[in-house]
Amino acid sequence: MHVLILFIEILILFAIIMLHVAYATYFERKIIGHMQVRMGPMRVGWHGLLQPIADGIKSFFKEDVVPEQADVVTFRAAPIICLTAMLTSLAVIPFAKGWVLANINVGLLFIFAMSSLASYGVILAGWASNSKYTFLGGLRSMAQVISYEVAMGLSLVGVMMLSGTLNLTKIVEAQGGSFGGMYIFPQIIAFFVFFIAMLAETNRVPFDLPEAETELVSGYCTEYSGMRYAIFFMAEYIGMMVMSSIGTICFLGGWNGPFEVTIFPPFWFVVKVYAFMFVFIWIRATLPRYRYDQLMSIGWKVLIPLALGNIVLTGFIKAFTG
Amino acid sequence: MFTYLFFLYCAVMIVGTGLLAITMRNPVHAVLMVLVLFFHMAGLYLILGAEFLAAVQIIVYAGAILVLYLFVLFLVSLRDEVKMDRFVTSAWLGRIISVGLGVSLIAMLPTFVLGQKGHWPMAEVIKATHTKALGMEMYTSYILPFEIAGLILLIAVIGGLVLAKHDTPTTIEKS
Repeated sequence: MHVLILFIEILILFAIIMLHVAYATYFERKIIGHMQVRMGPMRVGWHGLLQPIADGIKSFFKEDVVPEQADVVTFRAAPIICLTAMLTSLAVIPFAKGWVLANINVGLLFIFAMSSLASYGVILAGWASNSKYTFLGGLRSMAQVISYEVAMGLSLVGVMMLSGTLNLTKIVEAQGGSFGGMYIFPQIIAFFVFFIAMLAETNRVPFDLPEAETELVSGYCTEYSGMRYAIFFMAEYIGMMVMSSIGTICFLGGWNGPFEVTIFPPFWFVVKVYAFMFVFIWIRATLPRYRYDQLMSIGWKVLIPLALGNIVLTGFIKAFTG
Repeated sequence: MFTYLFFLYCAVMIVGTGLLAITMRNPVHAVLMVLVLFFHMAGLYLILGAEFLAAVQIIVYAGAILVLYLFVLFLVSLRDEVKMDRFVTSAWLGRIISVGLGVSLIAMLPTFVLGQKGHWPMAEVIKATHTKALGMEMYTSYILPFEIAGLILLIAVIGGLVLAKHDTPTTIEKS
């Protein structure tokens, strides 16, 4: 019985997340459109509201082309690895008090583990396609993810030290319901590092070198078509959502808000996650891309020392103030 | 019962993927098999209640070390099979050696004795969360070995830096 309930919960979460992913693409196209003084999608449905559904159906029924020289098994598996890893990390995210599939003690580490697994999908896609563009995209993504994962992990150590736990629900509870209790204030350096590392981890502008269209066509997913290409897309958007959720939980106080919304407890969580998503899209519409050596030097020479310094600082403050 | 089945599954998968990893001809596939192996090892840690170790196993081994292996494989050779001279020229000699090794390993099994019970039985670890238990032990009882390990790693990092930085001034001058 318990297993059945859990299964139904998983299905509901999956359906909701997939709808969110579909409409996140709409959200992005609309916002970028308006920022560039265009209308964005307008044709399908009222103000293009059915566009994501149309896109989904289209990509689902398109031919799934596998290049002749590709490593077929790896090529087929790569998008699935990506999507599965991203979806799995949703299991530990608390959307509201008690609204979590698996309330495990190492939630934060679990998400890191899954995001490092997702990078395998990208790397393998790049390698298995047997094309130089995808291969370069895969290599870039690999180096980028390894470098920025270090910075991201270290930036969250400050949060772990303040809350004294790795359990995401307890991290939110440790921040309390008040505005000043949010960890963004005592951990402002960590938030800065986390935010930049988050952009790089999800391969978003200005760090989207793995899929830099001006030099690499479409990067690691150049050879993919139809549903498998769409799966990479979904994985990227779920990745954005997971990272936004982590930012919300660790720095913005999770589901707590100025007043409680009793009909829909995760209200403030969703608002905060969408604020993060908006900033993601805003940055995409605003900033140009970094050069690769700049990306590496920011990661290793700026973010990691900053995050390490933040750990020492937090440790000292915690040791002296108790 | 479930734990036992899960252990059996993990054990079979670890042995199976381990065998596949050394027999597969494509090095990238072999690395992928090792990836699957690491996941099942993390599963074994979970059975023992060592959730922190399980997560770190995946983050460090699967997330960092194996990716570096892949990097090296990608940059060295792509799809070609790696061919090397046989270490032992006669196939039968090799078989005899491996059977002898296997027999001696199995013969050693009865001498295996369980270690002493520590301060942290399973129930205590679950109560305090594994992360805390590990941290407490590591930073109090085992602080000296921990610091020594840290020092050794620091030496390795400095050594790596020295080796990597060694040639840069001369190459710049030449160009």
